Amino acid sequence: MTASHIHTRGQGRNPLRALLRGTWREWRSAELRVLAAALVVAVAAVAAVGFFTDRVDRGMAQQATALLGGDLAVVSDNPLPAGRPDEAANRGLDTARTASLPSVVFGKDDQSRLAALRAVEPSWPLKGEARTRSGPDGEEQPRERGPQPGTAWLESTLLEALGLQVGDRVEVGDLDLEVTGILAHEPDRGSNLLNIAPRLMLAFDDLDASGLIGPGSRVRYEFFAAGPSSEIEAFRAWLGDELEAGERLLGLDDANPELRTAIERAERFLGLASLMAVLLAGAAIAVAAHHFAQRRADPAAVMRALGASGRRVLLTYFGRVVLVALLASAVGLAIGFAAQFVLASLLGGWLDGDLPPPGARPLVAGLGVGLITAVGFALPALLRIGQVSPLRVLRRDLGLPPTSVWLSGALALLAFGGLLYWQAADPQLAAWVLIGTAVAIALLAVLGMGLVLALRPLRNRGGMALRFGLANLSRRGGLSAVQLVAFSVGILALLLLAIVRVDLLEAWDASIPEDAPNQFFINIQPGQEQAFADRVEAAGLERPQLDPMIRGRLIEINDERVHPEDFDDDRDRRLVDREFNLSYAHTPPAHNRIVDGHWFGEAGQDPDRGWSVEAGLMERFDLALGDYLTFRVGGQPIRSPITSVREVDWDSFQVNFFVIGPPPLLDQQPRTFITAMHVPEDQRSAQNQWLREFPAVSAIDVSAILAQVRDVMDQATRAVEYVFLFTLIAGLTVLYAAVQATRDVRRREAALLRTLGARRDHIRNGLLAEFGTLGLLAGLLAAVIATAVGALLAWQVFEFDYSVNPLTFVYGIGGGTLGIALAGWLGTRRVLDQAPLAVLRGPE
Amino acid sequence: MDASSSYVLEARDIEQRINGPSGPLDILRGISLAVQAGETVAILGASGSGKSTLLGLLAGLDAPSAGEVRLLGRTISELDEDGRAALRAGRVGFVFQSFQLLPALTALENALLPLELNPAHAGEDQATLNRWASQALERVGLGERAAHYPHQLSGGEQQRVAIARAIVDHPAVLFADEPTGNLDGKTGQRIIELLFGLARHPDGDGPATALVLVTHDPELAAQCDRIISIQDGVLA
Repeated sequence: MTASHIHTRGQGRNPLRALLRGTWREWRSAELRVLAAALVVAVAAVAAVGFFTDRVDRGMAQQATALLGGDLAVVSDNPLPAGRPDEAANRGLDTARTASLPSVVFGKDDQSRLAALRAVEPSWPLKGEARTRSGPDGEEQPRERGPQPGTAWLESTLLEALGLQVGDRVEVGDLDLEVTGILAHEPDRGSNLLNIAPRLMLAFDDLDASGLIGPGSRVRYEFFAAGPSSEIEAFRAWLGDELEAGERLLGLDDANPELRTAIERAERFLGLASLMAVLLAGAAIAVAAHHFAQRRADPAAVMRALGASGRRVLLTYFGRVVLVALLASAVGLAIGFAAQFVLASLLGGWLDGDLPPPGARPLVAGLGVGLITAVGFALPALLRIGQVSPLRVLRRDLGLPPTSVWLSGALALLAFGGLLYWQAADPQLAAWVLIGTAVAIALLAVLGMGLVLALRPLRNRGGMALRFGLANLSRRGGLSAVQLVAFSVGILALLLLAIVRVDLLEAWDASIPEDAPNQFFINIQPGQEQAFADRVEAAGLERPQLDPMIRGRLIEINDERVHPEDFDDDRDRRLVDREFNLSYAHTPPAHNRIVDGHWFGEAGQDPDRGWSVEAGLMERFDLALGDYLTFRVGGQPIRSPITSVREVDWDSFQVNFFVIGPPPLLDQQPRTFITAMHVPEDQRSAQNQWLREFPAVSAIDVSAILAQVRDVMDQATRAVEYVFLFTLIAGLTVLYAAVQATRDVRRREAALLRTLGARRDHIRNGLLAEFGTLGLLAGLLAAVIATAVGALLAWQVFEFDYSVNPLTFVYGIGGGTLGIALAGWLGTRRVLDQAPLAVLRGPE
Repeated sequence: MDASSSYVLEARDIEQRINGPSGPLDILRGISLAVQAGETVAILGASGSGKSTLLGLLAGLDAPSAGEVRLLGRTISELDEDGRAALRAGRVGFVFQSFQLLPALTALENALLPLELNPAHAGEDQATLNRWASQALERVGLGERAAHYPHQLSGGEQQRVAIARAIVDHPAVLFADEPTGNLDGKTGQRIIELLFGLARHPDGDGPATALVLVTHDPELAAQCDRIISIQDGVLA
């Protein structure tokens, strides 16, 4: 061949085609397929969550103005000054007012239910539309305004519970309203998740006549404005100076903040859960890449001997891996897209209406995750191919340089840390999860290695199969530990969700006494206390103890003004932002315990002033005994020092208060009364009867709330379980990778044993013993950790005793042993089909 | 071969044919031979002559395309894979060019394998089997290295472990495939002396072991009782 001929051919070569051809050839090798499978699982997990959260985010953004009810809103616990709507109207803005409050409403045969009333002006809704139906199966009709005076719209659950139909009449306080529609959609309702009672909507002008508004009633007033953004901004500036304590100005970012926060947390958690699948897939990729590099040592040495630079050899193989990573990521994206429909069906109810289709962001993110995972976990092994000595063509004992443990660890940590940061969007959280994961994996690895070592003495017991299986495990100590960690994480995730969660819920249920109060009665008006207690007693129930409830806003701590924005925590901010429920009492509540200081009038304490504050609140606001708290009650500041600290058992379902004062301090303030009691199931209908005599009183069914909370938890855990399914599949790809990486050795071993006279069942039993033991150890480890996590949660978070559930161990160990033994056997059974001679004579 | 026959191994007109890219290819044609108990036989041939394939067929690691192999009185082609394995267990030993030790097992555990695979020893306790394996290692001069793993041993030592494994159960036939191929001259010579010594003078009063040695080295072949030459798949 002449030099010019070579030159001509060289010019005609297309590097992309060479890459494609080379990759296609490599595709036949099992290592690249393992790498691809692991990436598919990782990308599918991240993409499923990514597509879903993108849809939810888009839905939230689209619905923000509708969710807010306008371009701007003011909420307040007090009626809004009349000047506001006038000013807005002068500026050419549309306005609407609404008022919401809970109240018991009555339907047919005195059936009653607690309803979330909302009285709306005719101009409501400013944004979005309300929809009603004329019958249970009727079409949804858009409504441009709220119900006419004298009429009401009810949600179908409320309508059913009251035994009513459209056209019937419903009693709301002193009003008798005609039901003119079934409320199907309320644009600014927000989430069903957080609104416990079903809606009844009536006309704003009817509210005064209902008799439901009195001092101390829990009304939320809202004022909405909509119009050109310049006018809105000007009005917002004007309002800023006008706002009084207790009023809050809301913008689009504030649309349903509880829902937004809940969704953001859930999204973040699902995202982090999906990264566990990425981590395990990374382990599979590292094992596969290591094996890939080892098997490329010969061709790489030949390339180098023929004159290729180490860099070129490296780039050749690196290019192929990257191409496979891209293709695998594309497949993972497709699977993730399909999988997100399941998530949407599990959690779609979080938002009203259909979720919009996802955008392109998750596509880019998915490809990014695929590439980062592939490079982060495979690069250290691949680097060795470029470093192979050309002398290997002569001396086969010259292997690849060993993979640097430090480089592998650092790159994997960097890749995973980067993904965590991206998913958590919070450096502190990402750092904690990274540290937690690293510590957990190190701990698991140490435990795993320890268990593998502990098996050694057992090698001299049992038959050949067990000896052979255990010998394999301890011989491949490092690989065994990697598999052990991967399976443990997968099994742990399932055990926590399937068993420990149920146990905790059941233990929580059991911790609530049988006769714990199941009904709260609020809004008992002053002067009605005796009558109410008498009526309850007459109904055959125990005479209730009524506690006064006074609404007050915390305005000063030690004479310093308190601003919500001074607090970092959302819950703290909301506590300060809203009115506290204060109470007064002569003696400490029976179910509270004084842990510091003394009750009013005791041990030299002033009987007429002081605050008794709940211990958790003391901690939250960093308060100390003797600190002065000032509450504004009914427009007047009340200043007193903290004289005692109370520990409150919130799970007791008794009436509890954060802050209690002595009677002389508060008993002249506007107040209502509250009580909690246990009403047996068979007395509920009787309860509806006597409750009619107290129209302002609302009954809150705690058991219904608990049922709702459980529903939400079930929904959320099903979603998490679904995401952890990817984690388990990723754990299985680690097994697949490990089986592939040891396939050649296993083939030789099986062939040799058969040469020496072993029957197939000998070898099969050895493989089963090896994988079964691995599964057993992983299951044991996972069960121990799941039990520890359960006990820790019970002790630290739920504060009750947790008894070990043997099922955790039965399922963990049994499932682990059988599952892994079966999977391992399926992956290796082909080694038995090889003719011994061919294997033994083949290259080592 | 009847029970009174002194042949431990007999091949009659065996052929081995494989399907190559350009049609069927005959590796072996019309090979007949017989090996008596205690006899040492060399199968001598150049690379690619088919000698290792012949060894595999004689040992029952594969079945011939045509003809009949009788090993220890049983016709190989009448047995399935498991039947052939059971026939070999404890009665046929192997030494390979590339040692073929199990890397996960210690020297002792490697030597123990044939004893554990032989159903005749099912009633023995583990301590007895361990003692027998230790004795085999002592006979090859590796009593001190019993707890070592293959990667902790030199090539010569690994081959000695392989020999201990081959003779531990006093096999009737020992097949050796280029046993010195991966060793330097001096180590190789020591291995050969050991192999012949152990085959001809087994431990205790058992019968001598027949040794079938595949090699391309005429000098090595000359040390056997008989040489069978093979060339292009037929006996020369």
